[in-house]
Amino acid sequence: MIKKIIAQSYLWLLLLMLYAPILIIAIFSFTEAKVLGNWTGFSTNLYTSLFSGGVRHSLIAAIENTFTIALLAATVSTALGSIAAIGIFNMRGRKRQTITFLNNIPMLNPDIITGISLFLLFVSLGITQGYTTVVLAHIAFCTPYVVLSVMPRLRQMNPNIYEAALDLGATPFQALRKVIIPEIRPGMISGFILSFTLSIDDFAVTIFTIGNEGLETLSTYIYADARKGGLTPELRPLSTIIFATVLLLLLIINIRAKRNSKKLINKQTE
Amino acid sequence: MNGLLKFSTKRSNWAIPYFIFLLIFVVLPLVLIVVYAFKDNSGNFSLQNFVKFVSQPEAINTFIYSIGVALITTMLCILFGYPAAYILSNRSLNRSQITVVLFILPMWINILVRTLATVALFDFMRIPLGEGALIFGMVYNFLPFMIYPIYNTMQKMDYSLIEAAEDLGAKPSKVFWKVVMPLSMPGVMSGIMMVFMPTISTFAIAELLTMNNVKLFGTTIQENINNGMWNYGAALSLIMLIIIGATSLFSDSSEAASDNEGGLI
Repeated sequence: MIKKIIAQSYLWLLLLMLYAPILIIAIFSFTEAKVLGNWTGFSTNLYTSLFSGGVRHSLIAAIENTFTIALLAATVSTALGSIAAIGIFNMRGRKRQTITFLNNIPMLNPDIITGISLFLLFVSLGITQGYTTVVLAHIAFCTPYVVLSVMPRLRQMNPNIYEAALDLGATPFQALRKVIIPEIRPGMISGFILSFTLSIDDFAVTIFTIGNEGLETLSTYIYADARKGGLTPELRPLSTIIFATVLLLLLIINIRAKRNSKKLINKQTE
Repeated sequence: MNGLLKFSTKRSNWAIPYFIFLLIFVVLPLVLIVVYAFKDNSGNFSLQNFVKFVSQPEAINTFIYSIGVALITTMLCILFGYPAAYILSNRSLNRSQITVVLFILPMWINILVRTLATVALFDFMRIPLGEGALIFGMVYNFLPFMIYPIYNTMQKMDYSLIEAAEDLGAKPSKVFWKVVMPLSMPGVMSGIMMVFMPTISTFAIAELLTMNNVKLFGTTIQENINNGMWNYGAALSLIMLIIIGATSLFSDSSEAASDNEGGLI
């Protein structure tokens, strides 16, 4: 019992340390002071000025960019990676080893190396850097994760059902749509979610591929802001909103997963 | 036409578009790093970039300093993260799934938002930014990446082995050192990969946490690239790549990759 109390207090102490910075930000998002740490009374002005007024354009535009880039990159990565996974799964021998090895490179490479290497690529090919290059770069480092999340699903699939569909007269593309995709869908979904979050989270690759034509994502915005010295006060409510959203989403996903597994257990015992 | 149809319906050919994509966006860029590293500013083959690195004590000092910071961060993450992962995975010490989610959650928040929050905390507590802030910020940022893989391996651990050791009369400390510890090593290894590699290559975090007073190797690389010294920047990147390649030889890299297989959800 004492052991459990000590263990639990260790966990919560560590959590307190981990969350202290975010809590400070959340608390001071409800006051107007320009400098963080000055409490000038409760106010929700920062929240309203985030969505209206002068700051709105740059910060909200940066968030819009972050999300559309993530959405595009995750969608293309999921399509490209799923089809590639089916291909790799049906390959044998050295060919399969080669492509699996290449697929691992972006995951093992540090972000800064990926960023610089892609920067050199775009520069050498004379491609102007901007929105498109950022999306391409994000696809490059997200797709391997999609391949990795779809693979186990293919391994679990009964290989005969695809052949059966063909024998029963389905074209290969019908068989893909009606047989393979439904089987690998959970892997595709977790690959998509993973790509989406990786893209939103990225800074190092983005900063090297974004060019200098005024395009900003949330990461590059914060970076530029912090370099200039003072941080835009509106970043406080924004961080708070992001944090609350992620917390809520993760809790919902987890509670649902728990409920589903309980249902499964109930079914099995019935 | 018939041949094309046959070609496209053979499923092993479906990986070809991705293969071409990988060649253009992964292999070619890495080759370019090597090419740029061995060229001087006028585009001739030369070793001048590496000579410059070896002859400039400042660059080497930054390099060694960065490795030191990465090592300290990794060790602190193991020190704080291992007990946490152990408690989280132990059913008699922790039953709640919520604490697990709370530990993983920070991984889902933009790293610059997290760093920004740390800077805010130090400002609030009137702690000057600098070396200490840097280490704290790094540990704060990367601790979840150490806890998660260790927690994962510990959860999959076969509890009957622990019970067997207990039944055979091993003391709790002996059970830990002889059974739990060796079984959790794969998780520690991929945790080291997930913490050491990003810390050694980080650049913006260090800048924000030290008001640009402490320079890390990643910052040096970024500055060179930004200032148009692409060849020298590429040479420094190549050096970093070699260091990281050497690190991943110590732990089985395929294992680190397969740990990600189920996704981080």
